Parts: sequence; structure tokens; C-alpha cells
Amino acid sequence: MKPAPFDYAAPNSIEEAVALLARHDGAARPIAGGQSLMSVLAFRLAAPALLVDLGRIPGLDAITIGADGVTLGARVRWRDIEKDGRLSGAHPLLAAAIAHVAHYQIRNRGTVGGSLAHADPAAEMPGIAVVCGAEITIVGARGERTVAAGEFFTGALATVLDTDELIVAVRLPPWPAGRRWGFEEFARRRGDFALAGIAAFYDTDAAGRARDVRIGVIGATNRPCRLPAAEAALEGRIVDDTAIAAAAAATRASVDPPDDLHAPAAYRRALAATLLERALARARR
Amino acid sequence: MTVRFDVNGRRAEVAVEPRTSLADCLRHHLGLTGTHLACEHGVCGACTVLVDGEAVRSCLMLAVQAEGRSVVTVEGLSNDAALSPLQAAFRRHHALQCGFCTPGMITTAHALLTEEPDADADRIREVLSGNLCRCTGYVGIVEAVLEARAAYRGHKADAAS
Ligand SMILES: Cc1cc2nc3c(=O)[nH]c(=O)nc-3n(C[C@H](O)[C@H](O)[C@H](O)COP(=O)(O)OP(=O)(O)OC[C@H]3O[C@@H](n4cnc5c(N)ncnc54)[C@H](O)[C@@H]3O)c2cc1C
Ligand code: FES
Ligand code: FES
Repeated sequence: MKPAPFDYAAPNSIEEAVALLARHDGAARPIAGGQSLMSVLAFRLAAPALLVDLGRIPGLDAITIGADGVTLGARVRWRDIEKDGRLSGAHPLLAAAIAHVAHYQIRNRGTVGGSLAHADPAAEMPGIAVVCGAEITIVGARGERTVAAGEFFTGALATVLDTDELIVAVRLPPWPAGRRWGFEEFARRRGDFALAGIAAFYDTDAAGRARDVRIGVIGATNRPCRLPAAEAALEGRIVDDTAIAAAAAATRASVDPPDDLHAPAAYRRALAATLLERALARARR
Repeated sequence: MTVRFDVNGRRAEVAVEPRTSLADCLRHHLGLTGTHLACEHGVCGACTVLVDGEAVRSCLMLAVQAEGRSVVTVEGLSNDAALSPLQAAFRRHHALQCGFCTPGMITTAHALLTEEPDADADRIREVLSGNLCRCTGYVGIVEAVLEARAAYRGHKADAAS
């Protein structure tokens, strides 16, 4: 359980960090909290020649709340989100989902940018980014670009990031007051990666019908994604038992999880549908 | 590389390979073997230490990342004169058997109670869920931490030092 040897640099600016990554042409890796990368290195699933520590770069750890939504700097930690009292109003779904991430000690170091780049299919932050239609700001040797979260994740542990690119921030669009929402996940042990999780939200029109329904899933697909069929089952309808049952059936039919060590596919499919029912029951309260 | 940081209030200057974890640096270079290693990939919590007052897993942090920080290990939470409130409560409640997980339990509980001296049993269970104990079960451990809370109330500031 010891990593292969590597060099280490702790640059003071994004430009310097990007230049180091570019110069090493794929042989260098950024490290933020190290809460995923350290075990990847210990298992020798990766053996970079250089680690570029983002810990000393100023300006990456702000949580900004404004008219354009909630912007999280790449180095914002789970702990920072938990302790920011503004978020339970400004983005209750984010606050609720992040409460499930990892254990106490890991939450003191794990970061938003690291989680997005690591792209674990069961991770909460990528799931919230996708379901909310977040924008991810990336800086690389060729400049800055913004990628929609829905296009950022390309598979399990895979993203559109180039080897010389860094995530600098993610912006979640504004959260209207009165929006209905629910977040539910199931993990064997509190803080472990979820076997499956569901985020659901919608606004309501004057007649109480659901509008702009969003349903996102983690853990039951190879990357976080929305479930358009389940969303369609609720759109424009009153969220009652019948509508919820239809959305649950659509969820069961849309997710296609693999069998793995932790659970058979049929279990995860049933779990996703059950979690959707619970999330919607919470949303309509 | 040379890395400089404070350990239990003393200045340390150590030559390490960049790949050396903080845990290995503490144990092998500084002889502080109170910090235990079991899984070495972040799932068991045995290696918990405090960095700038926050509980972290020292197997998931590089020694070079500790540059300029202040590290406290389980050794730094005891004194020769008497048992600390957490130690005394662990003894009273039989909160350890083999003791392998205990350094991680003590450092984690210390960080928690320093910040949240009124943590209830649910919160304590939630926080300790990241620390594995294969011997005792958690009942005694939770009872010990609940009891130790009294010593952390009222002097939040000096408990942190
Ligand atoms: C026992 C355990 C349980 C966990 N449970 C959960 C859980 O339930 N839910 C969950 O979501 N996570 C969980 N995690 C993972 C944890 O949240 C990680 O902190 C997180 O996934 C990665 O963040 P990090 O800052 O530690 O990244 P690092 O480990 O430093 O890096 C992860 C990857 O991202 C890259 N990277 C880091 N920052 C950037 C950046 N700014 N730009 C580009 N690339 C970057 C690195 O090169 C690396 O490939 C768990 C971890 C452990 C050890
Ligand atoms: S040895 Fe560090 S968490 Fe297990
Ligand atoms: S006392 Fe033996 S592992 Fe906890």
C-alpha cells in the first residue's frame, strides 16, 4: 500500500499549476484533498511522475451566493459547505446531498473540484451538478472554458478534462424560493458511497402542478445522469400517489446498473425506484 | 524533500520522499507510533491525527502537505501526570479492548468535542461511524465520549490547544 515514487510541486498560482501539468504532458496529476487520489496512488492504479498540489493557490476556496446562483470554488471542502449557514436557504438540495458525503475526517479535506474530476458514479457532488444543470469552469494551457455538467462526465471515473486542465469552480443556477425537492440515498454505512441516490425537484404552477421537473440518479448508472422518462411522468401533473408510482416505474425502466460486488443489478434498480418514491414524498410535503 | 511542521507543540524538520504519507512520517521518521495504520486507504480511521485542529486521516495526506501546519497526534493529547478526560472515560466505560483503534477514536472524539461540546449520541455515532473497531462494539465508546463532554464545555478555546 505504498505509492510509486513521484516528484511534488506546490505552485502559488493557477497559471503555474497549468504550466507544470502541460510541461509533463499527461505524466503529472493535480492533487487537492487527496481523499480519492491517495488511495489510487497507494493501490498503484496510477503512477504519475509529478503531483501538482493545488493547496497553495489562492482564490479557489470561496462559496459565492449571488443572482447567478451558488458558485463553489474547486477547493471548497465538504466541511465548508456543511458549515456555511447560508446554503440551507440558498441551495437546500446541495446542503442536504453533501451531508451524505464521506466520513468526518475525510470531509475536512475532500473538495468539490476533486470530486468532480474523480467522477465516481456514486458521488453526490457530480450528481447534484448534473441534475441542477451546473456549469463547470475549467482552465488549461489553451485558456478557460465552461462545460455543462451534463456533458462533463463521460463514464465511470471519466470526464472531458484534458491532462493540462484544472477545474476552478462550479456554478449551480439560482434556486427559487418555494421549490419542492427531495434527496434520498442508501449506503450500508453512513458516509460510505451510496448504493444508489436520487435527487428530485420541481416548481409548482398556480394550480399546484409540477413544472420543470428534474430527477437525477447516482450510483445506479455509470455516471450521474437525469432520468427524462421519470421527469416526463411528473411534468405538468399534480404530484400524487399515482404520479409518483408512474415516475417510479419509469425510473426502474430507465436505470441499467451493472452487477457488482456490492449489489446485484436488480437490487440497485429497485432501490433507485424506492428512493425516488421517498424523495418525492419528501418534496410534496 | 525537507518538510517543517509542528508536532505536539514541537518543531519538526524531516527529510522525506514526496510519496511518504503523513502517517509514515510520524511513525517512522518521528517515532510517534501512537498513530496506528490499518487499511492505509482511508476507510478505517485508525490513523486520525489533528492538522491545524481538524481531524484528518494521516494515511490520506502526504507528509509534504503538512509543511507549515500544526499536527497533533494521540501522544499530544495525553500527559504523564494524569489521564485526560477522554482517556479516563474510555477506561471507565471499557471503550477499548485490543486498543488498536483507540488512538483514532481519541483524536476524532477530541476534535469533535472541541468544536461541538454538546454533540448528542446521534452526532457522536455519526462521526465515529468512520472509525472501525473490531473488538468492543461501539456502545462503550459512545458512552465514554458522551461522558467526556463535560470536560470540554466552558473552555472550548483551551481544549483546542
Ligand atoms: C472512505 C471514503 C469514503 C468516501 N465516501 C464518499 C462519498 O460517500 N461520497 C463522495 O462523493 N465521496 C466520497 N469519498 C471521496 C471524497 O469525497 C473525495 O474527497 C473526493 O471524491 C475527491 O476530492 P479530493 O479533493 O480529495 O480530490 P483528490 O483525491 O485530491 O483528487 C481526486 C482526482 O481529482 C483530480 N483533481 C483534484 N482537484 C482537481 C481540480 N481542481 N481540477 C482537476 N482535477 C482535479 C486529481 O488529479 C485526482 O484525479 C470518500 C472517500 C473515502 C476515502
Ligand atoms: S489507516 Fe488511515 S484510514 Fe485506515
Ligand atoms: S479495541 Fe480493538 S479494534 Fe477497537
